[in-house]
Amino acid sequence: MSAKVITITSGKGGVGKTTATANIGAALANSGQRVACIDADIGLRNLDVVMGLENRIVYDLVDAVEGRCRLNQAMIKDKHIPNLFLIPSAQTRDKTAVSPSDMIRLCEELRPDLDWIVIDSPAGIERGFKNAIAPADQIIVITNPEVSAVRDADRIIGIVEAEEKGTPKLLINRLNPEMVRQNNMLSADDVVDLLAIHLLGIVPEDKNVIISTNKGVPIALDGKSPAGQAYRNIARRIQGEEVPLMDLDKGGSFFNRLSSVFGSGD
Amino acid sequence: MDNLIQRLFSKRSSSADTAKDRLRLVLINDRTDLSGAAMENLKDDLLEVLSRYIQFDPDRMEINITQDGRQQRLIADIPIAGPISRKY
Repeated sequence: MSAKVITITSGKGGVGKTTATANIGAALANSGQRVACIDADIGLRNLDVVMGLENRIVYDLVDAVEGRCRLNQAMIKDKHIPNLFLIPSAQTRDKTAVSPSDMIRLCEELRPDLDWIVIDSPAGIERGFKNAIAPADQIIVITNPEVSAVRDADRIIGIVEAEEKGTPKLLINRLNPEMVRQNNMLSADDVVDLLAIHLLGIVPEDKNVIISTNKGVPIALDGKSPAGQAYRNIARRIQGEEVPLMDLDKGGSFFNRLSSVFGSGD
Repeated sequence: MDNLIQRLFSKRSSSADTAKDRLRLVLINDRTDLSGAAMENLKDDLLEVLSRYIQFDPDRMEINITQDGRQQRLIADIPIAGPISRKY
């Protein structure tokens, strides 16, 4: 085994990086893969609560990097999925406690025992972001169909390309099909057209995401929710499967369906 | 075509189109680091050089930066009116 490292980043805060990390990690693990999720947002720990593991933290990323514990002591076993782990961020330390080369070294140590390492990047383009992308084999840029998020995503794509980390893939989060139908929200086609990178998946706006986050259970484990289905599809695409985009337009009129992007395949 | 259908059958406002048009310009500015003012200067300088060699109508020319995937292109379309009359 030699794990592939995926980093989830966005530039803008609040677009859904942490939720995406938890759910992509959960969906990959649920299909039998060994997965570790790493929270690289030092000082603003969050992935632990989204995964529902906040009460199990003993050691964190900074402890592991600084040698206060063995790496496997900082790996928290998930409650729901046996082969899913979390390396939580430190809450009290400043973001300079970890360097990009620390992250590369940490991932090298983790790779032999895992199939996937999913890193949750902090917002912004500073140290924490540089840490998060340093060990990445594949970077996923997440955005919302909204002007400021798309603009920041474009900046991030430019930086990732300039750092020679390859072209990132795009995840569009919180798309509201009804608003797209009314022509009051950028469609997935619009966003792909503007950013001009490969679309990995679209996660529709879904109130179940908030409910599942409240409970600390990943939505990807919810068989019925559209967002959960979207994350499971994304995890399959990450593993190299060809999975068509979901039809998010159920209930739309004939013409709207015709002009929708979701049937166009990808 | 898809947009045409949507526009024909939709009486609603289309803030999405506004968003896309605005983003298109913002992204070109961000990617090239050329402001609107710098772009105007570029056009003026270009015209000055061209006018040494060819005659053209400044009102009929078009100079724009367009997006081609993640690459920006400076496209200049300048109908030539004729050679410059040289006096020897």
